[in-house]
Amino acid sequence: MTIDLILFLVLSLVAIATALGMLLSRNAIYSALFLVLNFITVAVFYLLLGAPFIAMAQVTVYAGAIMVLFLFVIMLLGAESLPKAQVLPWQKPLAITLAVLLSAEAAFLLVTRARPEGQILHPEDIANSMDNLREMGMVLFNQYLLPFEVTSILLLVAMVGAIVLTRKEKGEQK
Amino acid sequence: MVPINYYIILSAILFTIGALGVLIRRNALIIFMSVELMLNSANLAFVAFARAREIAMGQPNFSGQIFVFFVIAVAAAEVAVGLALIVEIFKSKRSIDVDQMSSMKG
Repeated sequence: MTIDLILFLVLSLVAIATALGMLLSRNAIYSALFLVLNFITVAVFYLLLGAPFIAMAQVTVYAGAIMVLFLFVIMLLGAESLPKAQVLPWQKPLAITLAVLLSAEAAFLLVTRARPEGQILHPEDIANSMDNLREMGMVLFNQYLLPFEVTSILLLVAMVGAIVLTRKEKGEQK
Repeated sequence: MVPINYYIILSAILFTIGALGVLIRRNALIIFMSVELMLNSANLAFVAFARAREIAMGQPNFSGQIFVFFVIAVAAAEVAVGLALIVEIFKSKRSIDVDQMSSMKG
């Protein structure tokens, strides 16, 4: 088994577990946080597949903007009351173990992927280079320029729609 | 290199979990999150297929990744409008349980 395969299997377990956690947890805030973890795992899959730009867009747009919006609405509605703060006895040791595992894994990857002269070896040099991003930008703004502009119009429409929907009507009693 | 099949299987599992969430949960917010999960799994399949095509063609190909980029943008727009709708429904019904959204009148 290669390193990539082990990484894939562990991460896919994490992805499935967090998706199930999102599905099964009673508290909407826990669901949102599980979903954030799931999105970050999928971003790592994008990196493994040689799509660094999509991975970063995934982290900033999905895990960042969209989930913050979700959490904001959950807090705003207050529909889900937080349970009483209960201390789980196994939580702290488990968290420490997982953190140590994560740092050991990261250190292992950094050390094994490093060249003797001190350079970090990328999983795919070509896929993660700047040339790749430049090529993608060229394709996006030449071949797919019209869809890009249509997307910007769509975002504008969504923005105006959200404002109109949540605006108070004139003279409305709330 | 991980076989592309594995990614497709993972994508199918995630999509199934998302579909299950839409079917069994009654909280509108959780249903929304499940829809996001389904979009995400479709994106994963897109990137995996784009990678397979790159390997088969032997040269970089960005169409799949750019489609994923558009899907992410559309998902952002969808979330903005959808959450605004949920806030409005909560204001009028004091609940976001989808079972109670049965009347057509506001």
